[in-house]
Amino acid sequence: MPMTPNDVVLAVEDLRKTYGATRAVDGVSFEVRRGEIFGILGPNGAGKTTTVECLQGLRRPDAGEIRILGLDPARDLAVVKRRIGSQLQESALPDRIKVWEALDLFSASVDGAAPWESLIDDWGLRAKRNAQFGSLSGGQKQRLLVALALVNRPEVVFLDEMTTGMDPVARRVAWSLIERIRDDGATVVLVTHFMDEAERLCDRAAIIQAGKVVAIGTPDELRSTHGDTVTVTFNGDEKDRALAAKVQGVESATIDETAAVVSPSAGAASTEGGIEARGRGPIGVRIAASLAKAGREPADYAVTRPTLEDVYLAITGDVDADEDTDRHAAKGATP
Amino acid sequence: MRILLRLAWLEAKLLLREPITVVFTLGLPVVMELVMGGVFGNRADPAYYRGVGAMDYYMGAYVGLVVAALGLITLPTHIATYRERGVLRRFDASTISRSTVIGAQTIVMIGLAAIGAVLVVAVGVVAYHPATPASWPLVFAGFVIAAVAFAMLGSLLGLVVPTARAAQGVGIMLWFVMLILGGAGPPPEALPDAMNLVGSLTPLKHAVILIQDGWLGFGWNGKEALIVGGFFLVSLALTAVVVRRRTAR
Repeated sequence: MPMTPNDVVLAVEDLRKTYGATRAVDGVSFEVRRGEIFGILGPNGAGKTTTVECLQGLRRPDAGEIRILGLDPARDLAVVKRRIGSQLQESALPDRIKVWEALDLFSASVDGAAPWESLIDDWGLRAKRNAQFGSLSGGQKQRLLVALALVNRPEVVFLDEMTTGMDPVARRVAWSLIERIRDDGATVVLVTHFMDEAERLCDRAAIIQAGKVVAIGTPDELRSTHGDTVTVTFNGDEKDRALAAKVQGVESATIDETAAVVSPSAGAASTEGGIEARGRGPIGVRIAASLAKAGREPADYAVTRPTLEDVYLAITGDVDADEDTDRHAAKGATP
Repeated sequence: MRILLRLAWLEAKLLLREPITVVFTLGLPVVMELVMGGVFGNRADPAYYRGVGAMDYYMGAYVGLVVAALGLITLPTHIATYRERGVLRRFDASTISRSTVIGAQTIVMIGLAAIGAVLVVAVGVVAYHPATPASWPLVFAGFVIAAVAFAMLGSLLGLVVPTARAAQGVGIMLWFVMLILGGAGPPPEALPDAMNLVGSLTPLKHAVILIQDGWLGFGWNGKEALIVGGFFLVSLALTAVVVRRRTAR
């Protein structure tokens, strides 16, 4: 699809935000295109939420430029708020407010609001219509907060860790609803640390670590650029291993004879074992082709592609050590 | 404006779903009233109570006390709870502004203060037959000025105290200090000069005199009205600074 400036609904250029000595956001740049689900991934304390809060106009960045729907949230906050929808992390409603009252209030505050009764149905809150916020489960609260983010028919929707606290079934329901938000024409910015969620939903994603964008692209691009290698496994003998090793793109091929499965047909002469070939590119198809050519058809042939989670772990590594200090710094600055 | 009133109505409904705090806040001044009335009755003593009957004096004082309880305890605790739990954050991200939320709570607080004032006066009238207000309009005007000033002060407290628990503690402490030293407890004439000096630094003292003067027929007290108005303006200015600083974060 050819890109026109109109296709970019959100552009961030060299965004910076410091809390005391902590550089929460340290030069973040990315673009989000109309109609896509854009993921912002990263460990806790990486600066995801601060970035999104700057986009929503909830925080004022120290430096950098933000254009959202062609507007600067710091200058045109009222217009921006009217045209975006936000589901925030660590936000709540008064305990005693009823589900319908909250939707009624929020939709009364904008002209041309979505009919909130249908949002109640969409987000599975019909049975809880008259329940008070304080009596809802974690997942129900999240769903109500998302529904509230949609009452103004937003063009850009920010969802910050919205499936946190949902059970697996509720998460899958939420995923299909997020796709529906996009299908209805909105652009979705999804902050998450669930990689299965990002893999399933995101058209493109940025991985943020220590306040910087360390990788950006479609899930496939992220896999091929930053991903671990593709792994092919099957049972075979030394001849099969050598065959696999010669295939273009294969970086290593090993045989583990202790993991051998002795097959009666193989005979005493050949020793079978678990073969594992690693490499990049479409090696799964290539190895299969050369095995087939040699008349070999291992029934347990399997190809494992790296998941987005592998990519994520490869990029972000082990940051447990600073995670807590970052998170505390971010907490202290919460308004 | 439409959304402000709508939110105020909703806030009032929420409050009724959790009536304990309201009953407590509105009940305290009545308890004080019955204790003081039980002790002093409505005798007039030229040396005390500005020379009028004790309960004549206390009627205006308790109206001030109700206003102070709601402004110093109820409102800040409510705002701080919203802040602590992320309710204000949620509104910040919507088209309903933070000032609308606080404005709605202020309206509810002033409404409750009116109910509380009627209650404390009604109990007083039934139990002690005090003098009725010499000028209803002046009493009403004094009440409105006091209520608006305490509402602003309460909003400020709610925005600056770290937690809801702290808001409650600070509010109750301030309220008791003002109660004792501000003219709604022991007669000011019985207090040492130092205590009266501290008392006159609190807004309650001035609010009490403002309301009393209309009630007892001393006319409109422009000086006290200005002082109470001054507390309002200072609170307003400080609130504006706090709100600005928070949005700049």
